[in-house]
Amino acid sequence: MPLNPLQTLVMILAVAAGCALTRFLPFWLFPEKRKVPPVVRYLGGTLPPAMMGFLVVYCLKDMDLVASPHGLPEGIAIGCIVLIHTWKRNVLLSIGGGTAVFMVLTRILE
Amino acid sequence: MSASRQKMAMALRAAFPHTLPVLTGFTCLGMAYGVLMAGKGYGPFYATLMSAVAFCGSMQYVAITLLIISFDPVSAFLMSLMVNARHLFYGLSMLPRYRDMGKLRNVLIYLLCDETFSIACTVAPPPEAKPAHFYAVISLLDYFYWVAATFLGGLLSSLIRMETNGLDFVLTALFVVLFLDQWQRKENRASAIIGLASAAVSLLVFGRGGFILPAMGSMVAALLMGRRRLCR
Repeated sequence: MPLNPLQTLVMILAVAAGCALTRFLPFWLFPEKRKVPPVVRYLGGTLPPAMMGFLVVYCLKDMDLVASPHGLPEGIAIGCIVLIHTWKRNVLLSIGGGTAVFMVLTRILE
Repeated sequence: MSASRQKMAMALRAAFPHTLPVLTGFTCLGMAYGVLMAGKGYGPFYATLMSAVAFCGSMQYVAITLLIISFDPVSAFLMSLMVNARHLFYGLSMLPRYRDMGKLRNVLIYLLCDETFSIACTVAPPPEAKPAHFYAVISLLDYFYWVAATFLGGLLSSLIRMETNGLDFVLTALFVVLFLDQWQRKENRASAIIGLASAAVSLLVFGRGGFILPAMGSMVAALLMGRRRLCR
């Protein structure tokens, strides 16, 4: 545990505050009676798929393509997830299968 | 049994089956979180505290890295804002559904996570239960699953040393799956590519340390520029 208890508590509260703000802001900006402008409605519809694309890249940001194993475990595991998920559409099977493949590959391809 | 208690029981019975996938998923991801935190020296107490207070799955994983670098709450706050920015759009979608919720409204907003959002915006409350009760039961069950799983993961990891190397890939896998679910709808594909591309290009240009803001900025700009084409 690199931080002391008080520092850890402050970090937890900082994370919580940032998150709570994103949850409450729309309800503060648009109280029950106020109309939501079309551009906000448009972003509300198009941002969810875009955010998922962003989050996938975000998770892979520490991947090193130059050094061995050149991102192969990530690439192959994601390929497996795409196949399993297109085939079965079972969220837990896809996540479990992909993670298992990844964990095996990181041990084989050192 | 009083009438209001009976109504609450009906809401519970109607809502519980919808939360079963979340129960399974949160058991895996929450326990993995508890185990990962323990691996960095943060025992079940801190892991559970984070889950109970912040309750934001993906950001909690990101925060593990922040908890081992240095004490920097401002960065943690800003990072949390950015990683959780998607909640803004959950909120916008839930505005009409979370109307007239009375005292429960703030609880519902505080606990609005990806999974609760996806259930609450797809499933309509049954006629025999009060909508406020129905939504509250979904939110509270999902919250309980997450917090309990975190505690359990933290506890088990200190009893038996688990092999965790690579287990954090569950998060990448989760987002790949959610991405594929979005991809299934044709009208989402342009936005999905815009998200992938703006993040990938920003990562290449600005590096892993500073790519989040440029990625979000270019994403919103590209979506707004394509508005006439993407409009639905």
